[in-house]
Amino acid sequence: MITPVFKREFLGYFRSPVAYVFLIAFLVISVALAFSRYGGFYRANLASLDAYFQFYPWLFLFLVPAAGMRLWSEEKRSGTVELLFTLPITTLEAVLGKFLAAWAFLTLGILLSFPMVLTVAYLGDPDWGVLIATYFGAILMAGGYLGVCSLMSALTKNQVISFVLSLVACAVLVFLGLSGFTDTLAAVFPVSVADAVSNFSFMTHFDSFTKGIVDPKDVVFFLSLMGFTLFLNVVVLER
Amino acid sequence: MIEVKGLVKTYGAKRAVDGVTFSVRRGDILGFLGPNGAGKSTTMKMITGFLRPTAGTAVVGGHDVTADPVAVKRKIGYLPESAPAYGEMTVEEFLFFIAECRGFKGPDAKRAAAERAIQLTHLVPVRRQTIETLSKGYKQRVGFAQAMLHDPPILVLDEPTDGLDPNQKNEVRSLIKGMAVEKAVILSTHILEEVEAICNRVIIISQGRVVADETPEQLRARQPGARLDEIFRTLTLSDV
Ligand SMILES: Nc1ncnc2c1ncn2[C@@H]1O[C@H](COP(=O)(O)OP(=O)(O)OP(=O)(O)O)[C@@H](O)[C@H]1O
Ligand SMILES: [Mg+2]
Repeated sequence: MITPVFKREFLGYFRSPVAYVFLIAFLVISVALAFSRYGGFYRANLASLDAYFQFYPWLFLFLVPAAGMRLWSEEKRSGTVELLFTLPITTLEAVLGKFLAAWAFLTLGILLSFPMVLTVAYLGDPDWGVLIATYFGAILMAGGYLGVCSLMSALTKNQVISFVLSLVACAVLVFLGLSGFTDTLAAVFPVSVADAVSNFSFMTHFDSFTKGIVDPKDVVFFLSLMGFTLFLNVVVLER
Repeated sequence: MIEVKGLVKTYGAKRAVDGVTFSVRRGDILGFLGPNGAGKSTTMKMITGFLRPTAGTAVVGGHDVTADPVAVKRKIGYLPESAPAYGEMTVEEFLFFIAECRGFKGPDAKRAAAERAIQLTHLVPVRRQTIETLSKGYKQRVGFAQAMLHDPPILVLDEPTDGLDPNQKNEVRSLIKGMAVEKAVILSTHILEEVEAICNRVIIISQGRVVADETPEQLRARQPGARLDEIFRTLTLSDV
């Protein structure tokens, strides 16, 4: 019974301008950042997409909450939750169906960056292993962000509040891994504590993917973050 | 087919529903009356498994809502108050989605179920229109179509004729009456004549409690010669 929920939610993005606005904004901003003086895609003169992907944790910070804020808030505001939860569907099925639909949508956005890959492949000889690992990592990371956003959107019927809560929660999960923050932490606490804290950050776990390393630890981190947030999501909705 | 046993719902200190008990058999059309805020919608939301009761339970078609909500939801067709629906979908898309969720297998079966609901509720002229652009009455019809799409043995309808024009009101009433022989129906309404026209039982609730549970004739007999709204007023005086 996940399929109908998934289909409705996924196609729902395309029944309104949301999908087009989102996908275009995502591509324009991500590519512009890569070519900007901060990205240095040209200057690096390397056949790699590091310059493109380095901004993903920051980009996701805004874009994933934008894609996820409506998941439950909109259902609550319009009263359709009452419809959804009087159909013969369990809460878990509904949560999974919606989550997977939004994740598929984000994946679509990420994969639409393939012209960047083509460019790199045309200009040079990129390391395909690294590229594939990076895409895999980016998609996993999107799922991690989205789990948090889906949970936050179940807490309120107001989409603005949902967006802000998601942004704050995701920001915390990014900042935990910022070197400035972990250095300060390491100065006060033992290094092991600083390491443990930074272990909860998106940054820390995304980094190794961009180097072409698919470490099971990182995969497990993102998957368990999704599992945990979706579990809480069910709990919140059944409350 | 429906056994409601001591349902209670509290919001903070307020008791929205305060120990409601009744039962509905096959062939019954139960009219659910009461002033605004009496707890009609809240009771229906608990019977349909949307809200978890603070206390008590309902047994619907042999399944306890608190223990097996999904089995209960399968048996019920529910029209929530003000008929919520996904506004960005067209009528057809929406009813097709409901058919999928209701477990119809294969595109033909789904299409047939949606088609039947469209015909019965006279939605043919707007079938390709998005729901958000429909008039209130048509939205209401979509909600009704959605509720009876899987031909459920039990119908729970929260103000089903709200917003309909007089012709449609009659249409919906005769539809309900025609289906009721092999179904159990609960409908809430503020139209007292509607109860007389189609219901064979009336329950009046006031401040979350049942104050009358009888046939429309017995209700009339309470004050011979008085109008129904006067009887209703007397019974719900505590609520004003
Ligand atoms: N989520 C909620 N939080 C707090 N109070 C609520 C909530 N939902 C309902 N109530 C209260 O419960 C009471 C019963 O509401 P309900 O919607 O069941 O009334 P009703 O009989 O359907 O009224 P109406 O005829 O206006 O539809 C009301 O006093 C309402 O304010
Ligand atoms: Mg009501």
